[in-house]
Amino acid sequence: MSGVDRIDVTDAEVNRPVQELGEIFAVQQVGEYTQFTVVAPGIAETARPGQFVAVAVGGPKSSMLLRRSFALYGATSPGEFAGTVQFVVAAHGPGTEWLIRQQVGERLDIVGPLGRPFPMPKDPVPAVLVGGGYGTAPLIPLARALIDAGSEVEIIIGAATAGRLFGELVARRTVGSVSVTTDDGSAGVAGLVTDLLPAAIAKLDAQVVYACGPMAMLRAVGEVARQHAIPAQVAVEESMACGIGVCMTCVLPVRGDDGRSRFVRSCVDGPVFLADRVRWADVGTLPDDLVGADAMKGH
Amino acid sequence: MVDLTTRLGSLTLPNPVLTASGCAAAGRELGQFFDVAALGAIVTKSIMVEPRSGRPTPRMAETPSGMLNSIGLQGPGIDAFIEHDLAWLAEHGARTVVSIAGGHTDEFVELARRLYGNPAVSMLEVNISCPNVESRGQVFACDVSASARVISAVRRAADPRIPVFAKLTPDVTDIAAIARACADAGVNGFSMINTLLGMVIDTDTMAPALGGITGGLSGPAIRPVAVRCVWQVHRALPHLPILGMGGIQTGSDALQFILAGASAVSIGTAVFGDPGAPLRVLAELEQELGERGFASLSDAVGFAHLDRFARAARRPAEATASAVRR
Repeated sequence: MSGVDRIDVTDAEVNRPVQELGEIFAVQQVGEYTQFTVVAPGIAETARPGQFVAVAVGGPKSSMLLRRSFALYGATSPGEFAGTVQFVVAAHGPGTEWLIRQQVGERLDIVGPLGRPFPMPKDPVPAVLVGGGYGTAPLIPLARALIDAGSEVEIIIGAATAGRLFGELVARRTVGSVSVTTDDGSAGVAGLVTDLLPAAIAKLDAQVVYACGPMAMLRAVGEVARQHAIPAQVAVEESMACGIGVCMTCVLPVRGDDGRSRFVRSCVDGPVFLADRVRWADVGTLPDDLVGADAMKGH
Repeated sequence: MVDLTTRLGSLTLPNPVLTASGCAAAGRELGQFFDVAALGAIVTKSIMVEPRSGRPTPRMAETPSGMLNSIGLQGPGIDAFIEHDLAWLAEHGARTVVSIAGGHTDEFVELARRLYGNPAVSMLEVNISCPNVESRGQVFACDVSASARVISAVRRAADPRIPVFAKLTPDVTDIAAIARACADAGVNGFSMINTLLGMVIDTDTMAPALGGITGGLSGPAIRPVAVRCVWQVHRALPHLPILGMGGIQTGSDALQFILAGASAVSIGTAVFGDPGAPLRVLAELEQELGERGFASLSDAVGFAHLDRFARAARRPAEATASAVRR
């Protein structure tokens, strides 16, 4: 492995989450998504690519108690402007529908930055980034960071349809080399992102793949990376109740350093995992060999 | 300034706001947002003897003013808990209520023994009411004799210097009868309520929304049920302290529990939406008490049980004035 399978623990500890009531600075419609820019200097100051924010929905008297989590698309540090964070919302329920109705000047209750960021290589290495739907969002700041550190980057973005693509223009501005796929061929190449991944890895002689998107895509990306004997660092989009590690709802079966598998929290142990550590086929089940699975028998 | 000191049996706490079991892990994550020593105590997620994986996902479904969870008591087991979690809490000056859970009486006893004499443990909360188990027959708190059996065994095995509280379920016909059985078995107080057993069906998949099929309902949706339970148990056993919980989001919510007879409250599901909720509720509760002229929290405990003449007689003049303003 090329130094990207671990992150520096000390960094993660410095990167403490805060809760901020931030004014919405901009709201933009991007395809089928809504992109928010919110003034949140405390979060922006320490946020790193791959981390996410948890946003309260429905206002102070809301009957929706749980926050919605969104990967950070960008963060401008308090030196420039007021310190803002950007994230992208897809409306698919009452909470996100409330959120996309919020206007510039209104305030959002945001907790962040949360989760472990994408681990950065110690030395520059060629990297392929793969984004599905609005999963491209956290890859844009990652691409910038990799390029700034001297890594060569290629990005593949895909979605079911053209309207569900995110970030093509900014990806082109950031990376230069961008490939696009859609399931229905309404934009780019008809097919899946993984159809283009082997060629992209070969072209760059990539040493690492980074991805964010739906679970099936992450699993497939991990498989391609494994065939090329390189690590895939993937950010999952699990539903979470708290986002801060206390509720235990967002767990995935993941193999640890000791070779044993456990249910681990996507919010604090992830959202970024090494793809070959996640037991994708077992998600939604209770595998017999999981640590503590035997204790579930009969109780 | 209101004197917020409270007593849960032999344990004196500087204030009456605690976390709720299963909603604060073992305090460390919330320690990023506030000083865990500032709360009355941290109530840890129920621990069992062995490591336990918990149930498959999905484990959560949001419901109107509430949520269902079906975690299934995921945990590291008592050894790792003592070594890592309890040690961290002690190091950070937190008073700690350890919630223990077991599949049978012997397991509860084993846990009480393992925690015996540990200076980091201020109290035991005996979770005899987790709904996320395979069989309703294993919910001890649904049965008078099973409750009494576990409580009596834990009380005998536990360090006599610390209180033992029974965590009760509202999913029974007569919660006071369960409470009386626990009292006869030597319990020092009650934590109430645990979640209510509930279920959501996903109309897209037309299947149960939770991996565990059923789950525990929590949040403000259950608050009136919780206040009723606290009221009934305080009425039945006024000499035993109650740690009240169930959908508390504000100081005013907490005050309802105090007036119904709770000596302290736990903040649970509210933490998921607002990690700073426990300290906020503490500040709001102090203000609510002050506005009503209470010089101390203990004066307010069970106040709603007084008849109107007694309430009027005990009410300071300044409070009457501020009540009129409200």
